[in-house]
Amino acid sequence: MHDTASGAEAGLLEVRGLAKSFGGLRAIDDCTLSVRKGTITGLIGPNGAGKTTLFNLITGFFQPDAGAVRLDGDDITGLKPNAIFDKGLCRTFQTPREHPTMSVLENLMLVASNQTGEQFWNCWFRSGAVRRQEEEIRAKAMEVLEFVDLTRLADEYAGKLSGGQKKLLELARILMTEPKIVLLDEPGAGINRTLMKRLSENIETLREERGITFLLIEHDMDLVMRLCDPVIVMSEGHKLMEGPPEKVQNDPHVLEAYLGGQYAGAADG
Amino acid sequence: MTDAELAKASLIFVPLFLLGMMVIPVRAIFRVPLAVVAAFVVSLLLVAGLATGTLTYLVSFSTMAAIYAVLCLGLNSQWGLSGHVNFGVAGFFAIGAFTSALFTTSMPSGALAAYSKQAFGLEMPFLVGVLAAGIVAAIIGFLVAIPVLRLRTDFLAISTLGIAEIIRLIFQNERWLANGPQPLRGIPQPLSCALAQPACSWLPQPIVDWLAPVGPRNYIFLYFAIVSIILAVIYLLLERISRSPWGRVQRAVRDEENSAAMNGKNVTGFRIQTFVIGSFIMGVAGALYAHYTVSIDYSHFNPLFATFIVWVMLMLGGSGNNKGAILGAFAVWAVWTGTAFLIDFATPAMQAISSDLPSRSAYFRWLLVAILLAAIVLFRPQGLIRERKLVSDFLARNTRRKA
Repeated sequence: MHDTASGAEAGLLEVRGLAKSFGGLRAIDDCTLSVRKGTITGLIGPNGAGKTTLFNLITGFFQPDAGAVRLDGDDITGLKPNAIFDKGLCRTFQTPREHPTMSVLENLMLVASNQTGEQFWNCWFRSGAVRRQEEEIRAKAMEVLEFVDLTRLADEYAGKLSGGQKKLLELARILMTEPKIVLLDEPGAGINRTLMKRLSENIETLREERGITFLLIEHDMDLVMRLCDPVIVMSEGHKLMEGPPEKVQNDPHVLEAYLGGQYAGAADG
Repeated sequence: MTDAELAKASLIFVPLFLLGMMVIPVRAIFRVPLAVVAAFVVSLLLVAGLATGTLTYLVSFSTMAAIYAVLCLGLNSQWGLSGHVNFGVAGFFAIGAFTSALFTTSMPSGALAAYSKQAFGLEMPFLVGVLAAGIVAAIIGFLVAIPVLRLRTDFLAISTLGIAEIIRLIFQNERWLANGPQPLRGIPQPLSCALAQPACSWLPQPIVDWLAPVGPRNYIFLYFAIVSIILAVIYLLLERISRSPWGRVQRAVRDEENSAAMNGKNVTGFRIQTFVIGSFIMGVAGALYAHYTVSIDYSHFNPLFATFIVWVMLMLGGSGNNKGAILGAFAVWAVWTGTAFLIDFATPAMQAISSDLPSRSAYFRWLLVAILLAAIVLFRPQGLIRERKLVSDFLARNTRRKA
């Protein structure tokens, strides 16, 4: 059952034998998985399976105890989050982490990389260049806001947005860069059906038009079934299985992981 | 009007003009003439209308407030921009003061050398001393930042408080460095020769003729002009970078560090930058203070006088707003000096309550400042002038042009 889908070709994101313990708890335990280029890969599993911890290890917030993470052939194990971002990996958080005391527009402008004005001396000595670049970044940010339909909120404090609008803002952030892969942590949590539909349409558009690969954690099985292929199931810190959504949904091992042994037995019989 | 009054008015003109440039809310082309006219009128009115003693008092009050304003700008670049809870302002203030003193004084010689010790005395000009003060404070700030900025919030506060105490105790105990527990005296006053007889030779004769009637006893008028120019330069430089893409990253790091990191920003690097810039500015403030009081010792740099009152100033003025920082410095310094009069006024009443109460009146002043701080935090946490929503000024200009 291990690596049936991804063993042959190397994926865009490769996780090999990753391990991380917190005290006596082995949160991630010899986890190996691979995300193929151009897919929207779902990552599901019961609470406490280690999905978010895996994200934190991949994106550099935690240092793994063992194992390696490769992005497009580059070893990114143990790099700092900003260095991993520069390699083309973008992530969103389970609860939106907007910058509440800045406007929506500047939340987006912040994301643009290699800004001249981010070196403070350039603001003194090269103000013309900084101003020109600000103009460009602003135009781009307005375009992105148009795409996620938040234009009218551009000058609002990001902290004042509703939960769903914050999720859209998180997605918009991604559009400010040219990521190879995007890790979404529960993009659908706490938002209504209409917004959810728009969110998943946006994700699909991004994959088709810009070739961005997605890896997303999600508990909403409707969303997973509609959007993801393949789906990876995690349990107790490692990959349990991987396959197309229909297959995963009916697999007795998955039911066992979610519900416990006795129900899985019933499903088998 | 006498020559002396005109010369004084011309010296007060400088800070008033700078103030006008800062607060008059019209476009730059009209602001300059308006500020010139306003400063001209107000300076003449002040000199003509106020008693000499009152005017001198106001100027020396403003000089000290302006030095505090520089300190406040330093703290604002740390707390306001990056959210560093630096309770060690006094330490960097002290480093700046002693550095500038050592750079500008001369080595004690003859009989004095037996009583007064210092590591070196370079007899450099005032501006070199000020720059050296900033640079040394910035270097120390950088060395401190590397280990200490791994901490956040109250833990950072405690460790910086400790560092400031270490710095103060070093200046108290190391006699060879800056005369230990004894004051370091004879710190030169910049340009004081302009008012002395005979005046310094390198100044153009018309300026000497113009300023001479002020007299060396009113040197404070000249020093206030110098301090206000330095304050204005620091304000402009700081305002430029805090309202820029750099300032935007700082605010992002302050509000939500992980998200900033995941937006590709090197969080540690940005946090260290503000700490070092803040330390530099505090060092400059220290230098300005040293040349103001002429004689300094370790006891000037205690946490109440040089750290916590600065925090009250910044909280009152408005964290994250450089104008607020300057306003807060003047407002709290006015409250602080004002309470001295209040205590004098209340002395008979206190005498009536208990005979030893007046001797403890100094503590009442601190009590009042503490109540002020509590009131700010409860009723107006954003301060008198709140932080602006739009960070980047480069952007604001574009928006206005389009609108």
